[in-house]
Amino acid sequence: MALKPPVTNLDHIQGNSNASIELVEYGDYQCPYCAEFYYVIKELQNQLGTNLKFIFRNFPLEMHPNALHAAIATEVLAKYNKFWPMHDMLYENQAYLHDKNLINYAEKLGVNEQQFEQDFKDKSFADKVEKDFESGLRSGVNGTPSLYINNKKYEGEYSLDAILTYIKPLL
Amino acid sequence: MLKNSIKAPDFKLSATPDKQISLSEFIGKKIILVFYPADWSPVCGDELAIFSSSLKLFEKYNVQILGISVDSKWSHAAFSENRKLKFPLLADFEPKGAISIKYEAYSTATGTSKRAIYLIDGMGIIRWSYLSPDNINPGVDGVLDALENLIGEK
Repeated sequence: MALKPPVTNLDHIQGNSNASIELVEYGDYQCPYCAEFYYVIKELQNQLGTNLKFIFRNFPLEMHPNALHAAIATEVLAKYNKFWPMHDMLYENQAYLHDKNLINYAEKLGVNEQQFEQDFKDKSFADKVEKDFESGLRSGVNGTPSLYINNKKYEGEYSLDAILTYIKPLL
Repeated sequence: MLKNSIKAPDFKLSATPDKQISLSEFIGKKIILVFYPADWSPVCGDELAIFSSSLKLFEKYNVQILGISVDSKWSHAAFSENRKLKFPLLADFEPKGAISIKYEAYSTATGTSKRAIYLIDGMGIIRWSYLSPDNINPGVDGVLDALENLIGEK
């Protein structure tokens, strides 16, 4: 199954934009498997270095009551070039994702409460999350996390070893 | 699985401890009928959670989603509350699996519904179906494409 739409410059991209491996994750900030997988991604980035380009797309499930606001908060922080620090902050503090925690994290990253709340009300950030979600539905996301490697859905095991084994021939 | 273009068999099943739902009451609305093996198993949870989170998109297309398994209405009520599902789960409980059998989506080996999806149009006609392996959650892209094709035909 293919990634729809493919990665564009509207996506949040980390790493070498010309890398031979393009890894897209659809994730939910409140999903425990995604929080575990966050560390797998860090290790993949560590091992693959400039061979890896990593993209994160939002897929907040309704069964996780704080996931949507958490996702919108990362999009707000993206306006201040702090998407990735916020992303990391949320996965590293997954037990604390209430609105007041999100405000705290934003402040720690240099966006004050008033500014954050004002941006949060701007519908464009929620729209971005919804667009990500819809693209996930169309790409066949069937749980979180779901991975796409070089445009194709990754159907293997979500362990570091399994992913590295899959990626090696593509390098 | 039943073939496309035939009339979807009607049914009347419990949706909550005190409410029954029949297929015929949805005439005029498109239906996505999601058969799944069991409440509480992790794969099903994911599948239904994704359908539930996609409701906004499906509502744009005037679609009603109905989940269906052989679990009891009491199990469904607890499961639905736990997973915050926003569409009805029907109990194909007594006689066990009767509707799943009619839709050729029942496994006698496991005594549960198979993992199958039917798209039924506003006239009650089956327009698309998909049978997935029990342990693989199909996602919603297949039925979404089928739905858009169906709307494109008009």
